[in-house]
Amino acid sequence: MNSPSPITNATLRDRPDLDAGASVGLALAHDSAARHVQGTAAYVDDVPEPAGTVHVAPGCAAAARGVVRAVDLDRVLATPGVLAVLTDRDVPGVNDCSPGLGGDPILAGGEILFHGQVVFAVVAETRDAARRAARRARIEVDASAPRVGVDDGLAAGAQVLPPYEFLRGDPTDAIAAAPHRLEGRVRIGGQEHFYLEGQAALAVPGEDDEMRVHSSTQHPSEVQHLVARMLGVPDAAVVCECRRMGGAFGGKESQAAQWACLAALAARITGRPAKVRLDRDDDMAMTGKRHDFRVDWRGGFDRDGRVAGVDVELNARCGCSPDLSLGVNDRTMFHADNAYYYPAARIHSRRVRTDTVSNTAFRGFGGPQGMLFAERMMDAAAITLGLDPLLVRKRNLYGPGRDITPYGTRIEESGLLSRLVRDLERSSEYAARRRAIEGFNSTMEANGEALRRGLALTPAKFGISFTLKHLNQAGALVHVFTDGSVQVNHGGTEMGQGLYVKVAQVVAEELGIGVDRVRITATRTDKVPNTGPTAASAGSDLNGMAAKRAARTIRRRLAALAARLYQVREADVSFAGGTVRIGTESLSFAEVARLAFTERVSLSSTGYYATPKIAWDRDTASGRPFLYFAGGAACSEVTVETETGELRVDRVDILHDAGRSLNPAIDMGQIEGGFVQGMGWLTTEELVFGDDGRLLTHAPSTYKIPTCSDVPADFRVTLFEPGRNREPTIHRSKAVGEPPLMLALSVFSAITHALASLARGCVPPLDAPATPEAILRAADAQRAERARLEAVGEPDRSQDRRTPARSEV
Amino acid sequence: MARDVVRFVRRGQIVERRDFAPTETLLDHLRLRERAFGTKEGCAEGDCGACTVAVGRLRGGRLAYEPVNSCIQLVGMLDGTEVVAVDDLAPSSDDLHPVQRALVDAHASQCGFCTPGFVMTLFTLYHAGVRADRTTVNDWLAGNLCRCTGYRPISDAALACCTGEAKDAWASRAAATADRLAAIADGADLFAGDENAFFAAPATEDELAAIAARYPDATIVGGATDVGLWITKQLRELPRIVHTGRVASLHEVREHEDRVEIGAAATYAEAERALAAIDPDIGEMLRRLGSKQVRAAGTIGGNIANGSPIGDSPPVLIALGASIELRLGDTRRTLPLEDFFLDYGRQDRSPGEVLTRIVVPRLGSGEHFRCYKISKRFDQDISALLGAFRLAVEGGRVVAARIAYGGMAATPKRATRAERAATGLALDRPASWSAAAEALAADFTPIDDHRASADYRLRVARSLLLKALTEIAGRPTGETRVVGARERSAAA
Repeated sequence: MNSPSPITNATLRDRPDLDAGASVGLALAHDSAARHVQGTAAYVDDVPEPAGTVHVAPGCAAAARGVVRAVDLDRVLATPGVLAVLTDRDVPGVNDCSPGLGGDPILAGGEILFHGQVVFAVVAETRDAARRAARRARIEVDASAPRVGVDDGLAAGAQVLPPYEFLRGDPTDAIAAAPHRLEGRVRIGGQEHFYLEGQAALAVPGEDDEMRVHSSTQHPSEVQHLVARMLGVPDAAVVCECRRMGGAFGGKESQAAQWACLAALAARITGRPAKVRLDRDDDMAMTGKRHDFRVDWRGGFDRDGRVAGVDVELNARCGCSPDLSLGVNDRTMFHADNAYYYPAARIHSRRVRTDTVSNTAFRGFGGPQGMLFAERMMDAAAITLGLDPLLVRKRNLYGPGRDITPYGTRIEESGLLSRLVRDLERSSEYAARRRAIEGFNSTMEANGEALRRGLALTPAKFGISFTLKHLNQAGALVHVFTDGSVQVNHGGTEMGQGLYVKVAQVVAEELGIGVDRVRITATRTDKVPNTGPTAASAGSDLNGMAAKRAARTIRRRLAALAARLYQVREADVSFAGGTVRIGTESLSFAEVARLAFTERVSLSSTGYYATPKIAWDRDTASGRPFLYFAGGAACSEVTVETETGELRVDRVDILHDAGRSLNPAIDMGQIEGGFVQGMGWLTTEELVFGDDGRLLTHAPSTYKIPTCSDVPADFRVTLFEPGRNREPTIHRSKAVGEPPLMLALSVFSAITHALASLARGCVPPLDAPATPEAILRAADAQRAERARLEAVGEPDRSQDRRTPARSEV
Repeated sequence: MARDVVRFVRRGQIVERRDFAPTETLLDHLRLRERAFGTKEGCAEGDCGACTVAVGRLRGGRLAYEPVNSCIQLVGMLDGTEVVAVDDLAPSSDDLHPVQRALVDAHASQCGFCTPGFVMTLFTLYHAGVRADRTTVNDWLAGNLCRCTGYRPISDAALACCTGEAKDAWASRAAATADRLAAIADGADLFAGDENAFFAAPATEDELAAIAARYPDATIVGGATDVGLWITKQLRELPRIVHTGRVASLHEVREHEDRVEIGAAATYAEAERALAAIDPDIGEMLRRLGSKQVRAAGTIGGNIANGSPIGDSPPVLIALGASIELRLGDTRRTLPLEDFFLDYGRQDRSPGEVLTRIVVPRLGSGEHFRCYKISKRFDQDISALLGAFRLAVEGGRVVAARIAYGGMAATPKRATRAERAATGLALDRPASWSAAAEALAADFTPIDDHRASADYRLRVARSLLLKALTEIAGRPTGETRVVGARERSAAA
């Protein structure tokens, strides 16, 4: 028997193993797809404005660091249309919008912490008037020279949080005893989220102290709580609602709150509905990004490239406040192994403070940077030893007996990684293409040509669960109406990832009805309270399970009722295809719902889920931080022009494990989109700050996310068959939001391979992002190193296996 | 008497706008006045495409749709056109436009915020009368950013629905729309507002020259792809706007045997074919300049007159030896393009003087042209630098060289020392070429900025000169370039 051919991006379809009438596993379109294409899907700025809505625009000082000496707002207030100017003195409650650790004033008072920090906010009749007025303030600051880059912060010893470390075995001894020792430094750039919908909030004052806030946020509960605290009112007085976001990617996890708070403050002060919608340039300057890093590492290897010991220092630019940097940097540490076994390791993390915007969550949440280090180390070992990097990767993969992570957790599914890598190695024809590329590069070199090709296959393993344990819970609310239609609400937010349709599929499956009978409603804190952020790829794991339990409660009530009325056992009542079979009888789901109403049985239920098994103790750095791991593997081929640094990605093959997919179409979208976003992070997307601390790349004209033609013409994505989560997650699926982003590390390694051909045995000092300039710099360094080696009569460093090699990578 | 009302067609009806700020954008018209919320603002600078709408015009008697970024189109510029926004496309969810249907079927939306823009760009491709292949789709979609999908499903949707045959309501009522457009094409001068604040769009070159001379402080606007940002980003007060777009003679692109003459108001799209006919590299440069939206609105004249140090067309035109014609009132003068750029932000143009025409010589026999655009991203990115080379070759030697760069100085500029050093080089002796490349260091002192460092610019400027020589010496460009191979455009 042949197993069914796997689902690919060229053959998107329902999962092949479904029963008739199933909802889970269907390749359904996004629930809002038809509204997206018609422009009728409403975002915050499209919600009909209540009469009298006022508009708020933020204002800043022209400094990155200093003490505010004087704020002259007379010209602002005199601008036609201006109603009020808000400063820190107007905040009735707590002037802070941080996600917990403090340090993020909603309106800066005495001290400027970064360029673009909000000092005041203008409230005006129109958005245009507010924006114009905001530029007319005169703010005097006793400015001092800002610490801008991670090196500046490190030199000053500035940190937003204490360092943290994993230590396993004795890495110093292990490295010293290893036959090959390498060390290196790699710089990893940050990343702007560039959600297409900028930050936005609309606050509508209610009776007495009540406030209702429409916010483009991944974390409505936190917005609710922060608005309440800012206003000095009980949480119960505030409702936050989010129907959908126009993209978020982590950028609206903690950093949507400030704008909601400003809207609510303006609404409280003026008594009128108030809207904040940031201009793109303001958005990019005022909100945090992916953390950029300087990674310094040492490693010891055996002759086959197996790691003996690792000592790595992960220095992250956190910006001016902690924000989410604790969790982000912990996750960098948790992923500094990627998929590889380190017998001995010291993983040291510094959370460097700088006078720049506070960096925040971004898809992968620190993990990608740790994994980039791991892949750089694999490349460095392979290049130095003259081995195929894939061979070195395979030798280092977690496997039987080599399955303990640097943080002491055992990898229970270690065979899966090898399987993914092996399958992709075969299907991508890695070996033959690698040989062809070596031939191409030799020809180019012989002809004095600038083009080089590179190929790399990298795995990605990503831990699923929030490492902050209490976030791993979710609630849901399901209503069945007497016509058989169903409303679902849960704590998760929709940012394009397809969470709503997945949860609707789960509920439809549970109630045995069609997905079209399930209405998904906006996420609201008065329907499902005390929720966590929609983040950590955990949206469908958590909310899907909570919604399933809510639906199951109602189903059980209906089954019990039917069993009682029809005198059958509950086990003889079944729900499928919109029909309830009760022994030999059959009623429509709607008829049973009506029956429940007349028989006074509740048709509404909550559901609750808390992730089992996880128990991470940060103080002792022990326990189990993740319920399971998700991941895949990618093989990328690139062509590099080594005299200009231009890069073309020619072909990408991906094999990704989404477990038993809840919706193959939605999961495919996450994989392809995540990969391309990761590719952007590692190639064209460069954040440039001036020495004065100003972000110079604050608009799409200067900050370049991938466009259509950057996607490889040959792009083959396959869902791993037979994917199945060994943990009892929702229908045995696996989280898929973040892990595919890290598949783009294969592009970075492929560029490294191409550049390595310029000086055999020398590790190209390529930093991320691999812009044309970064690639050319590395290429020139390779040529210089080769010339130096040839001058001393050592043309191919990789041939020398006797002397332990050292290289500044 | 000039007309004082702007007229355009919306949903089959003629809309008149009389009282509007000269700087009011089309996006504001749609969202704030019509309360049509389908069109989204993503960046307000014409770089993300979320606000894309289709603009219909009569071209050669036929109705043609082009995508534009409504965030930086001024309402007055729409005079005489049909404006189609995403809200107009489907009567109901059950009756989607073919483009919308294809996007839904291909799972081509995730967050959906960019989607209306993609819908409208694809609407224009759907009406373009071409069967789209992947290259075509990439070019049409270069101005629409999506952060969620990775584009593959969007491309697939485009391939599925843009077959060259348009069968929708717009196709079936094209004749009626053409009649409406003809009815509002009165050829009259447009002057909306008063002398303190106005949007003027003269219909003739004479009136353009007259009004520009009368209001020398007025802002002269071609496609507003740059001036639009003065409005949306710098929040500049621009009370007097003179738009060149309604002067028919300034849209003319005349192809002579030895030269191409381009009216200053000709858009990139209008001039693209004639310029690409001079050399395929110019076509490739224009393909990567901005996006479909930018090229549908932006003008060659504006690209020159705004005095950007980068271009991209000025360095190419300088290398070709182009000259320009300027007019102040009734006084006309011509000058070599390179003399127009005096210094950063300063051009040889008097207040009230307008650029009217660009004359671009063709290549003579034995002359070779190459240009290379270097940017972080291939499509729709402002160049870190651009090198343009016109070399005359006789008997295997370079006998004359015109070399110009953008992004290397405060203005687009010739590399005179490199030109001298390149003259006389033997194409079969690559070892002798380095002197010409080294001479660039004497020609230019580039700066560090967010696009590239000074070192990179100078280093790559040398690479580009050597690459031009390598290619002219006979190396196929498939072996020298990662994008824009000439062999491909020759085959196409």
